[in-house]
Amino acid sequence: MKSLACEVAGIRFRNPIVMASGTFGFGKEYAKMYDINKLGGISCKGLTLHPRKGNGGARLMETSGGMLNSIGLENPGIDAFLREEMRFWETIEPVKIANLGGSNIEEYVLGAMKITQDAEERRKQNRRAVDMIELNISCPNVKEGGVAFGIKTEVAREVVREVRQMTSLPLAVKLSPNAENIVHMAVMCEEEGAEAISLVNTFTGMKIDIYQRTSVFKNMYAGLSGPAIKPIALRMVHEVAKQVEVPVMGMGGIASASDVIEFIMAGASIVQIGTYNFMNLRAGEELLAGINSYMELENIQSLDEIRGII
Amino acid sequence: MHTILSNECIAEGIYAMKVKGHFQVNMGQFFMLRAWENHPILSRPISVCNVEHDHIEFLYKVVGEGTRLFAKLREGDSIQLEGPFGNGFVNQSGRVALIGGGIGIAPLLYTAKQFRNKPDIFLGFRDQSYLTEAYKPYANELHICVNGNVLEHIEWSRYDYVYTCGPYAMMKAVANLTKGLDVKVYVSFEKRMACGIGACYGCSTSTKQGNKKVCTDGPVFLAEEVDWHEEFSL
Ligand SMILES: Cc1cc2nc3c(=O)[nH]c(=O)nc-3n(C[C@H](O)[C@H](O)[C@H](O)COP(=O)(O)OP(=O)(O)OC[C@H]3O[C@@H](n4cnc5c(N)ncnc54)[C@H](O)[C@@H]3O)c2cc1C
Ligand SMILES: Cc1cc2nc3c(=O)[nH]c(=O)nc-3n(C[C@H](O)[C@H](O)[C@H](O)COP(=O)(O)O)c2cc1C
Ligand code: FES
Repeated sequence: MKSLACEVAGIRFRNPIVMASGTFGFGKEYAKMYDINKLGGISCKGLTLHPRKGNGGARLMETSGGMLNSIGLENPGIDAFLREEMRFWETIEPVKIANLGGSNIEEYVLGAMKITQDAEERRKQNRRAVDMIELNISCPNVKEGGVAFGIKTEVAREVVREVRQMTSLPLAVKLSPNAENIVHMAVMCEEEGAEAISLVNTFTGMKIDIYQRTSVFKNMYAGLSGPAIKPIALRMVHEVAKQVEVPVMGMGGIASASDVIEFIMAGASIVQIGTYNFMNLRAGEELLAGINSYMELENIQSLDEIRGII
Repeated sequence: MHTILSNECIAEGIYAMKVKGHFQVNMGQFFMLRAWENHPILSRPISVCNVEHDHIEFLYKVVGEGTRLFAKLREGDSIQLEGPFGNGFVNQSGRVALIGGGIGIAPLLYTAKQFRNKPDIFLGFRDQSYLTEAYKPYANELHICVNGNVLEHIEWSRYDYVYTCGPYAMMKAVANLTKGLDVKVYVSFEKRMACGIGACYGCSTSTKQGNKKVCTDGPVFLAEEVDWHEEFSL
C-alpha cells in the first residue's frame, strides 16, 4: 500500500503537505474551495500575545517570479484565536500548528503558555487542540523582535530556551534565511530541545518607487516569497537537513508537485506551501494528486524511499 | 477553466470581455481572474460588470502586465475565474444615485439592473467615455461627464442612497459632500490582493471599526465607516 504519511515530533501527518503561516489564514476560507481535511497540516497566521493592526501603506508588491509582503503580523491576538478560531479548528483533521510571533521574550513566553494551557484543557476534554507550536523568530516585517531574534544564533538561543521550558507541546522553530549562519541556528535549536525545524521564512527584500523616490513599503523592507526564492530555500533545507537529527519542515517557493519532491529529496520530512496558495486556491488538492502520480510513475511506496537521498 | 466568448477593445486601453458560463452573482462582487500559469504570481481582482444567463462580462483597463495579458486573449481562449468574492452592494429601496468614475463604472451596470425603481446614473471620465449606451435602459436619468467634475451636477438631497465606485479621491469627495446629509453612501474600494478570500491580510484597510479586509468585508463599505484621514495606498 502506498502511503504518504510521516511523523514529526511524535505527531502523525497523513501526508507531507502543510499550509504555511500567513498564506492560509486559519483555513476557514480555503475550506470553501476544497476539502482541507485532505491536508497534512495547517500552520496558522502568526499569532502574537496582543492583537496587531499590522503595517500601514502598501502591503503587497509583485516581483519577477515572486512577491514582497509587508503585512506586519496583523492578527487577532492569541486570546481571540483560542476563543474564536479554535472553534473551527476543532472541527478539522489536519495537524494544527500555532505559529507564534512576538516582539520580546516575555511576549513569546506568555503566548506559548496560553496556547499550551488551552491545548492541555481541550485534550482533557477529548477535544481537538493545537498539536504543535511553530516559533517564528524570523518575521522581517515587524520593527522590534521578529527577525531581530532570527539573525544571531546566541540571541535566538535565549528565546528558544525560554519557550521550550514553558510548553509541553512539540516545538518547531521557524528560521529566517537572513540568519548569519542558518546551519548554526538549526543546530542551536536542536540543542535547546526543539523537535523540528521549519525553514525558510521570507527573504528581506526591497522595492523603490523611482518617481516618488521612496521605498514602496512604509517599513522600508519587505519579505520576498514565491518561486523566485526556491533554489536558495532548497539549498538551505539541504544544508540544514544534513546537520540536524530532528525533522525539517522545508519551504520556499514550492509551486508544483515536483518542487515538493525536490524538497523531500533534499531532506525535508514535511513541506510547507505558502505563496502557491495565492496562485492556486486549490493548491493542496492539486499537489497531492501530483505527488501520487509521481509515486506511481516511479513505483515508490513511501516517501521515505526518496527522503534525503541527495 | 472558462471559455472566452469575446474580448473587445471598446476604447483606448479599455476592454470588454465576455466569458461563457452561468454565474450567480450579487451586484458589486468581483472575481479573481487568471490567464497564465505561474507568472505573474497573483491573480487579478476584476468586478462583475454584467451577467446574462449564459455569460458574464468584465470591463477592464490595461494598466500593467496582468491586464496586458488579458487584452491578448481571443475568442475560444481559456481563463480561470475564482469567485464571486466580496460582499457586494446592499439592495436598498428609495431614491438611488449611482456614481462611477473612469473604469470604476464597471460594477455599476449590473448594479443598475437590480433596482425596482430605476436609479439616476452619473458617469465621469477623464478624456474618453465608453460603454455609456449600455447604462441607458437601466437609468432614470443618465448624466455623462467627460473632462469635468461629475459631482458638480448632483443634487444630493434628491437621494436616499448613493452607490459609488471610482478613483479614491472621487469617492472621498462624495463622502465629504454628503457629510451631515440624510443620505447613505456606499463606496467600492480597491486594494492590491493576494488571496482574494480573506486569508492573507494583504488587503487590510483601516476603518472606524478597526481593520477590515477589502476582499471579504468589502469591497463595499459605508462611506461613514471609512477612515478617510488615513493616507491611502493600494
Ligand atoms: C475589488 C476590485 C475590483 C476591481 N475591478 C476592476 C474592474 O472591473 N476593471 C478594472 O479594470 N480594474 C479593476 N480593478 C483593478 C485591477 O485589479 C487592477 O487594475 C489590476 O490588478 C492591475 O493588474 P496589472 O497586472 O495590469 O497591473 P500591475 O502591473 O499589477 O499594476 C499596475 C498598476 O495597477 C494598479 N493596481 C495593481 N493592482 C491593483 C489592484 N488590486 N487594485 C487596483 N489597482 C491595482 C496599481 O496602481 C499599479 O501601479 C479592481 C480591483 C479590485 C480590488
Ligand atoms: C502574505 C504572507 C504572510 C506571511 N505571514 C507569515 C507569518 O505570519 N508567520 C510566519 O512564520 N511566516 C509568514 N509568512 C512566510 C511563509 O509562511 C513562508 O515561510 C514564506 O512565504 C516562504 O514560502 P513560499 O515561498 O512558499 O511562500 C508569510 C508569507 C506571506 C507571503
Ligand atoms: S486579499 Fe488576502 S485577505 Fe484580502
